[in-house]
Amino acid sequence: MSHAIEEPAAPAKKGKKALSEGKRAERKLGLMLCAPAALVMVAVTGYPVLYSLWLSLQRYDLRFPDQREFIWFENYATVLGNSYWWTAFGVTALITVVSVVIELVLGMALALIMHRTLVARGLVRTVALIPYGIVTVVAAFSWRYAWTKDTGYLAQLFASDSDLLTQRVPALAIITLAEVWKTVPFMALLLMAGLALVPDDLLKAASMDGATAWQRFTKVMLPVMKPAILVALLFRTLDAFRIFDNIFVLTNGAQQTGSVSMQTYNNLIKGLNLGIGSTMSVLIFIAVAVIAFVFIKVFGTSAPGSDNGGKR
Amino acid sequence: MAEIVLDKVTKRYPDGALAVSDVDITIADGEFIILVGPSGCGKSTTLNMIAGLEDITEGELRIDGQRVNERAPKDRDIAMVFQSYALYPHMSVRENMAFPLRLAKVDNATVTKKVEEAAKVLDLTQHLDRKPGNLSGGQRQRVAMGRAIVRNPKAFLMDEPLSNLDAKLRVQMRTSVSKLQRRLGTTTVYVTHDQTEAMTLGDRVVVMRGGLVQQIGSPQSLYEQPKNLFVAGFIGSPSMNFLPATLENGEVNTPLGAFPLTDRVRGLVEAANAPREVIIGLRPEHFEDATLLDDTERSRGGTFTATVEVLESMGSDKYAYFTLEGDAATSAELDELAADAGSHDTGDAGSQIVTRLSAASGAAEGAEAQVWFDADKLQVFDPGDGRNLTYAD
Repeated sequence: MSHAIEEPAAPAKKGKKALSEGKRAERKLGLMLCAPAALVMVAVTGYPVLYSLWLSLQRYDLRFPDQREFIWFENYATVLGNSYWWTAFGVTALITVVSVVIELVLGMALALIMHRTLVARGLVRTVALIPYGIVTVVAAFSWRYAWTKDTGYLAQLFASDSDLLTQRVPALAIITLAEVWKTVPFMALLLMAGLALVPDDLLKAASMDGATAWQRFTKVMLPVMKPAILVALLFRTLDAFRIFDNIFVLTNGAQQTGSVSMQTYNNLIKGLNLGIGSTMSVLIFIAVAVIAFVFIKVFGTSAPGSDNGGKR
Repeated sequence: MAEIVLDKVTKRYPDGALAVSDVDITIADGEFIILVGPSGCGKSTTLNMIAGLEDITEGELRIDGQRVNERAPKDRDIAMVFQSYALYPHMSVRENMAFPLRLAKVDNATVTKKVEEAAKVLDLTQHLDRKPGNLSGGQRQRVAMGRAIVRNPKAFLMDEPLSNLDAKLRVQMRTSVSKLQRRLGTTTVYVTHDQTEAMTLGDRVVVMRGGLVQQIGSPQSLYEQPKNLFVAGFIGSPSMNFLPATLENGEVNTPLGAFPLTDRVRGLVEAANAPREVIIGLRPEHFEDATLLDDTERSRGGTFTATVEVLESMGSDKYAYFTLEGDAATSAELDELAADAGSHDTGDAGSQIVTRLSAASGAAEGAEAQVWFDADKLQVFDPGDGRNLTYAD
């Protein structure tokens, strides 16, 4: 203890000295290896997030830069008290729920087909994935041309005398269809990974126990692959809530078909209103965070990558 | 409860591979029958065909006299226990065991009663509300058994149910499976690759090899009267000793020396029209330390002297290993058995024999020992087709 008396500053240092040389080197190496990624994260996500938070608290319209002023939460009151926002919110929620539900059903069917395929397995899987491999904007344009009155083949097939993309309900249906078409393969891929987790013996045991094919699916397969289903739903819901490209190309938000992201784009980029636009993007961020929170805490979705070993 | 009849049942896969060929087995009501053989012999395929998990290519499967080839597993009223147990991980032990009853739309009170009964039999009562993931291997195995017995099926099928347990537990569970089966009196077909399990559990044992039934019989008859070299080598532990030999003028010339055949053996061998070159088989327990025997006993067999290579004392007996000069006995069956045991490339020259001697034997490692064998227990095999030339119906 004489050591401590000689050097009063020792206690703080001593905690660190308890680590061996090797441990310290390891920790240092760890920090250094993490540093580049952490820096990039701070630069490309941390800074914009904080900056948009900062902007959302200001009256800041680039057309009237002189009126820039710090106004606390007035922007939030403006946006949340506005019917355009709530219409867009409703449209987004509707598209999200409807498209994710359809995607889940079709994705499951596709996953089962891909899982059970015996011949030309690789070919079937590749073909099924093509829509997912096409750039959303390109796909959206092809849908738009297909539904354009007089020239589009789908328009001629189903409604040759009216322009569906200019009517609200049909337009929303087409947007949902485009979303579903594009992301079913992604859903199917995630679900197929889940299907691989269901041991064959379990299905055999169920059929010995007297289960029909449907009972095997609902009582054994679905519960066992529930974690994979929840992860797939989480990913897709978060994605679907931020829908932008399809709407932008197909209707450009006309006839009240715009999503919250469209509204944000209109205010922020088109309207140059940095304050209101940032407020909306912060609100989207919050909505997405709430969705993720609900999935993880309420449904018990395990975040991808987290250890699930003990819960089996 | 039911009688199960396999009538020339054959399984051929689409690629032409023949997994099971012309299997004829009649399993009596309440019988405990074991399908045993090395991996790939078709025993599991046969079981799956009885279960309905695999289609039957040819032949007929009858349960209680009715053809069931085309019936789905769920309509055959058979329960199966899997090697992996196949417990539903999302259900509690109670729900796992109740699952077949729930599917059969049995009312709640009956389900509860039956599950509790089964749990009591299997000593699972205090685990009913736990998930399978939190149970030990032995407990899981019992849950799997419980799920099979709750609905009183016509028959139990068990696919290596004890293979995933450690050695000690396996012996324990073996006894309880046997007791349970006797108590319930349900027809049971049990698949295993372990000949000890086969010998101890079954009323009758079916030995299979390469999709063909080799022999069907009680454990004792398989042991004493194997129909061919494969059954002789597969049944018994340590396994039978095989030596190349030649038959001449009622004598057999072996690496142990030349000995006269006993009248019984000679009669059988002559009736079977034996070739000159044969393989003889002797079980380890048919040897004894010659110094411990009196002259009358000694005269009933042959004696030889050899150096003890390894001596294992088990307390109750001693196992002495000898290596004899000359070529080892070779045949397709023996090669297959060695491959299955993983011992085909140990590279020992000559033929090794294992003898079980009395604990009183004074044999010592590295020293010469005089060993006697019971000549009347000699089995003679044809190296060409492997048939037992001393087999008597």
